This record gives sequence, C-alpha cells and structure tokens, in this order.
Amino acid sequence: MSGSIQDTFFEECEDLLEAMDEGLTAVEGGEHDQEVVNAVFRAVHSIKGGAGAFGLDELVGFAHKFETVFDELRSGKLEFDAALIQLLLRSSDHLADLVATARDGGTTDEAHHNVLIEALQKYIPEEEEDLTFEPMGLGGGMGGGFAPAPIVDDTERDYQIRFQPLKEMYGTGNEPYFLFQALSDLGEVDIKLNDAELPGFDAIDVDESYLSWEISLKSSESRSSIEAVFEFVEGLCELSISSDGDADDEADALAALNAAFGTDGDDAAPASEAPAAPFEAPVPAPEAEVSVKPEEKASSPKAETAKTEQRGPKPTLRVDLERVDRLINAVGELIINHSMLAQQIANLDAGDVRDVETELEGFKNLARDIQEGVMSIRAQPVKPLFQRMARIVREASSATGKTAKLVTEGEATEVDKTVIERLSDPLTHILRNAVDHGIEKPEGREAAGKDKAGEIRLTASHRSGSVCIEIRDDGAGVNRPRVKQIATEKGLIPENAELTDAEIDNLLFMPGFSTAKEVSNLSGRGVGMDVVKNAVTGLGGRINISSTPGKGSTFTIILPLTLAVMDGMVVSVADQTMVVPITSIVETMRGSDEMINNLGADGTLLSIRGNFVPICDVAGALGLRGASDQQPGVYLLVETETGQRSALAVDDIFDQRQVVIKSLDGVCGNIPGVAAATILGDGKIAMILDPESIIAASPAAAAFDTERRMSNAIAS
Amino acid sequence: MPSQAEAKKADQEVKHTQYSEFVSFAVTGQAFCLKITQIREIRRWSPVTILPHAPSDVLGVMNLRGAVIPIYDLSARFGLQQTEATERNVVIVVAVHGKQVGLLAESVSEIISINPEEIQDTPQVDSRNTMEYIQGIISHNDTMVRIINLDAVISAPEQVML
Repeated sequence: MSGSIQDTFFEECEDLLEAMDEGLTAVEGGEHDQEVVNAVFRAVHSIKGGAGAFGLDELVGFAHKFETVFDELRSGKLEFDAALIQLLLRSSDHLADLVATARDGGTTDEAHHNVLIEALQKYIPEEEEDLTFEPMGLGGGMGGGFAPAPIVDDTERDYQIRFQPLKEMYGTGNEPYFLFQALSDLGEVDIKLNDAELPGFDAIDVDESYLSWEISLKSSESRSSIEAVFEFVEGLCELSISSDGDADDEADALAALNAAFGTDGDDAAPASEAPAAPFEAPVPAPEAEVSVKPEEKASSPKAETAKTEQRGPKPTLRVDLERVDRLINAVGELIINHSMLAQQIANLDAGDVRDVETELEGFKNLARDIQEGVMSIRAQPVKPLFQRMARIVREASSATGKTAKLVTEGEATEVDKTVIERLSDPLTHILRNAVDHGIEKPEGREAAGKDKAGEIRLTASHRSGSVCIEIRDDGAGVNRPRVKQIATEKGLIPENAELTDAEIDNLLFMPGFSTAKEVSNLSGRGVGMDVVKNAVTGLGGRINISSTPGKGSTFTIILPLTLAVMDGMVVSVADQTMVVPITSIVETMRGSDEMINNLGADGTLLSIRGNFVPICDVAGALGLRGASDQQPGVYLLVETETGQRSALAVDDIFDQRQVVIKSLDGVCGNIPGVAAATILGDGKIAMILDPESIIAASPAAAAFDTERRMSNAIAS
Repeated sequence: MPSQAEAKKADQEVKHTQYSEFVSFAVTGQAFCLKITQIREIRRWSPVTILPHAPSDVLGVMNLRGAVIPIYDLSARFGLQQTEATERNVVIVVAVHGKQVGLLAESVSEIISINPEEIQDTPQVDSRNTMEYIQGIISHNDTMVRIINLDAVISAPEQVML
C-alpha cells in the first residue's frame, strides 16, 4: 500500500517538476511577476511536503533551501539577476535528480549537491540559517505564519481543538492518529471521539467521514505550532482552535483562521504568505480508479486571478495507460468487426440490403470517430519533452564551455505517448551533438560574426499526417572534408569515393562514426548518430540531416502520428496477404515484359520512364519462394531513407485501407522484412512489411545500394 | 501461530495437488499430456498466416480474439515428422511465460486424473530433444502418456526465433 502511495507521490512529482520548469523558463524569459514565482514556490513546496512524508531527507533538505530562496524572491527581499536565475535552473535540475534518485535508487553527485546548497545559502538571510528544518513545523519556522502574531511565552494554556476531517482527507492517505501523535508532542492531550453523527450500520457510506474529535491540549506552545500540525490537512478538514487565554478573541481568531485556510494570498500580508501555499497532497480520488489530478491551483481553496487561470494547465485526468491501450485494442476490434460484417453482407444473397448498408456506413463512421477519440487520449503535447531538453542543452554547454540557448517552438504539438517516451534518447543525443560539435566556442563565433551565444531551435509541427521534429543549430555546420576523411580512415567508404554533400552528411549516421577530435564526456563515443537513427526508424520514422557550412545544421525527424494505426496497401505475395505502409510507396504500376531488363546473373531492373530501378522480389526476400520463379506482376515503387528507389515486386494489389498495427514483439521476435502484423476484415492476420529491410535483404538490390556496399566494407 | 498455519496450508496444498487433471492428446501417434491448468482453450485448426523466415516447427500466427498468437507444430518440435494440418487437427492454446501460444496436435483424447506419485521419471533414451521436452511419463490404461514440460517446449519469447 505504501508503495502505491509513494508511486502516486512520484507521479505527482513529475507534474510538479514540470510546473517548476515551466515557471523557471518563464523567469528565464524575463517574467518575474508574483504569479510565476508563486507557481514555482508551490511546486517546490509540494515536492518538499511529499518528500517529508516519505522521509526523503536529502530531497527535503535541498527543496527547503530552494524554496526558501523563492520565498525571499516572492516577498520582494531578493531580486532576480542572471546569476541567480542560472543557479535556480541548476538547482531545479538537481532537484529533479534527487527525485529520480529517491525513486530509482542510486546516488547523486554529493559535491555538486553541496556546492548548490552553499550557493543557495548565500541568498538566504542569516536568521533563517539557525532554523533546523522540520517538515511538520514549517509554518512556525517560516517566521510567524498566521495572522495573529504568536506570543511566545512559557505559560501553559488550555487549547480546545475541534477537528472534523472531511472525507477527502482520508482520500489523501492522511491519518488522524498521526496528527494526534504530533499534538501530543506539544503537550498533554485529552482526545474525545465524537461519533454522534455516525449513522446506523445500514445507512453508512463507507467513503463518508462521520467522526470528529474534541481535543483539549495543555501546552506552552503557541497557537501557530498547533496549526502547523494540521498544515498538511488544511482544506481537508474543519478545524477550530480556541484557547482559554483568548476566549474573548475567539471571533478574531476564527477570522484569522479563515483567512489562513480559506482565502489566503493576494490580500494577505506578506508575512502570512509563507505557510499559505497549501500543500497539494496527491489526491487519489475515493473512486480510486481514475484519479483526478488536483491541477495546480484548482484544488487549492484560493481565489484565483484570471491571469493564473490562463497560465494554469487545463484540468486533466490521470488514467492507467493499460486501460487506454485496452480501449484502443477494443476499438481496433470494432473496426475489424465492421469490415467482417460488411464483407458478409456483401456475400449475402438477400436481395435488397441497401438499408443495411447505409446503417453499416453509419456504424463505420461512428467506429472511426471513437477510434480517433481514443487515439487522441494517447496523444500528448511534446512540451514536457522539450522542457527536459532545455536542461540537456544547459548541461552540455556548461560541460563544453560554450554558450548555447534552446529555443522551442510548437510545444503544443501532440504526439503519441510512446513516441514521446522513445524520442527522449535520440533528441538528447542530437542536442548534445549540436552543442558539442555544432556550436562553436564563443571566440570562434565572435570571429565568424555571430552572436556569442549559440542558438538551437527545437521545433515540432504536424505535417500531412506525420509529426515533424526539427533541430536546427546555428553552428559551424558539418565539416564535410573532415567527415569524409574520417570515413575513409575508418574504411567506411572507399578512398576514391565520389560522394555528394548529402551523402557525406549522411555518413554521420553510420555505425562506428565519430568526428570528435578528442573523446569528450558528452559525445564522441562513436555511438551517437547511428543509435539515433535506429531509434527513429524503430518508431517507424525517418531522420535527415542538412547542413550549410558556417551557418549550421538541421536534423529533421519525421514520425508517424500514432503507432497504433496506419494506412497500408493490401497486396498479395506468394498467396499470402500482406500490407505495405503507404508512406513508403511512391507509385504503383503493372509491369510488362518490356519494362524488365536483366543486369548480370540475377539482377533485374525495371525501366520507368527512362529510369532504371532495381527490382526486389518480396516473396524471394521473405523466403516464401525461390527468387528464380519471379513473375512480372505488380510493382510498388518505394523510396528508402537515402533516397534510393527500388521496385517491390508483388503478385497483386487489392486495396488501400487503414489497418490496426499489432506488434509482433514477444510473439516471434524480430523477422527481417516484417515490421508488425494486422488483422484484416476476414479475421486473418496479415504481415505489415518493412520495405527498407526487404530491400536490404534482397541480394539483387544490394548490388545497387551504395550504402549497402559501405556497410559491407565495415564488415570485411 | 504462523508456523502452524503455514504447515496447515502446505498440508492442504498437498491434498489439493494429490490428483491433478491432465488433458491427453495425440501427436503423430504418440500420447502426450499437459496439465489442465496450463490450457486456455482448444480450437479446431484453421489455416494460419505464415511467418517469413520462421523455423519449420513454427507454423505461423493466428488471430485469437484480436491477439496475435504464434502456432507451433508439436510434432516437428519433438523431432517427429511435420504435421500436414487439416480441419481434423486441433490447436491447444496454452499460457506460458505470460503469453498465449497455440500448439498443433493431431487430436485431443481425454481428461485424466493423475496422482503425482504415479509420475515416473523419463528413462534415459538416446534423444536429447525428448529428454528436454518431457517432464515425466505415466501409465494410463496400459499406454504410456508423456507429460510435456511446457517451459522447455516454448522458450521465453525473446529466444523463440533465435
């Protein structure tokens, strides 16, 4: 149980870290107003609160320092300057590391930790230093807390506390017992349970909260210390505290409490702001299944300004990914089911079926609508991914002694969640490379008449059914003579090879290529770009590089919108029905004998309007029949990533339709030439082909493929 | 006392497993069986989709209510002759390594109850495949029934094709 609560905490942390990053990015961009600062403060504070509950001391300690600096900022005692912003950014990175360490185990760089703590300490006023941090005692520690200034005296007082938890409090995993325990640390307590509201057994709603407690406390502590005990459940309970000493002022005290618990913030005095940021406990709703994310400020009982509402994210729903996937599967089934029905009605000898067909058409449209809707659930904006990338650039530039700035565009572009997850590593690689190899040293940039700080532009956009991610740097561009020289030295290309500029640029993606003169920490292990390429092709995407010497390089990644459906051409190959992704097909044609030309022993070329394109027999490449009994049939002209064209020979083309992709992972491992499978209208499974690897596997095509020749050279 | 409770539980388990039910079936004339709990369903054979570059004992993949599951020819897997599958053959769908897998058999015979004590170790014979895939043998109605070691027959998914 505690494990799952902790999971929820870490999930929350991700959102909070995101909110923090967002705020800091805004700060970096020059927005220093109160709302931004408050947002970051709240995020850090919530992380600290949760971490405190799980005893993550290191995290709590650091978050506290971080938060304190922000508290100074928002109370106006401290002003933003460039150095501070850099420190805050680095601290936020470190905080994310600490969270990751707490979640996954391992250790963080202690020296780095201490350096940051020390740096943060410089911004914290002296008196704060003496206060040892206690999570529960935060309100008292932050210099006063609630409105009536605490009168610290040693005289014991009798406090009367009425505490009635709302049902939400139990939903957040808070436990009255621990609160009482904390109270008993303050003095002598006498706790009475009031179960008067408890209904009869048959009327009881198990999710409802019926119990309340009357507590009398004898303590010399101030009222704010008592309030601090309840800080973590504020807003989740009805609480009243009165003491005999100020019984007359009870009305005032209540008013003060209301101010603190009910409507804090803008109109409250600055001193009361610190504890006012409510701890946003992870709120797994009582329904347990779908937990509604307490979106930032939405759950805080606080008057919002219109401005914050605009900035705050829309309310969202957190759902187990598996549920969505099950839904997607079911919808896929629905669509297959529709095709089956349609097929059977077509086969039916029942006279006039027009009405049925009309209804069936409606059914089809509904199914498509549902499918699109479900797919869009999986789609997520690339914003969090891009935000993480800002950090990569930051770290890479500080490690290389260069100045680089990441500018992001199109952050709202939505991409399938899996794509986003698996895009993180390739993007990291590319960005590191851009900083390490692309951007010049500041001196070099000045000499070239550029701004001292390099700029890397990360853009996401939708482009005709695919997602386009572009990474553009304004560095030196690919050093082509050097790249060619290295490729020759490493035997990747023959010495006298004549390559076009684009071909040279693409050498970067070859396995075992690395241009760094010295191996640096960041890149230059020689595993960079070919890993990137593999990751992108693994997602069904393509990557291209273009470069202008002196002006910079651009990497373009084109990805399918979703991994769950795609448009395919249904073909027949050796009596098997197969699907070829439509994206890779340039054109289709029926071949005739005159169009086929032999070359060498077993090479055949297809002549298309005067151009000769190698023919690749799909059945032969898949081992479904001998390559020799190839019959001229139908040709699919496809273009590979390197721009090479090949003609895939298939027996026939049936149809073009949207198919639901079923992964073969775990079913039969990796099959060369096959990307995945799908289920057709008749319930049969069809293989989805991967033209790229079919061509690579085809011996006839290999002879014409320079890239293939190159990789042979590595192998030998 | 927890130890007592555990002992009791273990005791119950022993009693529970005293008689296990097995489904027996024929593969190229030989009788084999699988524990009934390993079997998800039994289906009539219908043509499958061929997997390119698949080993001879992998017949292809089949659509089982929207899931793509691989079908193995048990006979070929055991080193016997390859089955010419017809409508009269059956596909036994089993769950193994968290996946569903179909096994082609000639025909299903019956459900038999076996006392674990009756299970005999596989005698040493000169066939490594057999030794690996057979967990033990039992005598049932004077015929020998081989108990299949499913984990060995179907290796973990990653290694299936390698």
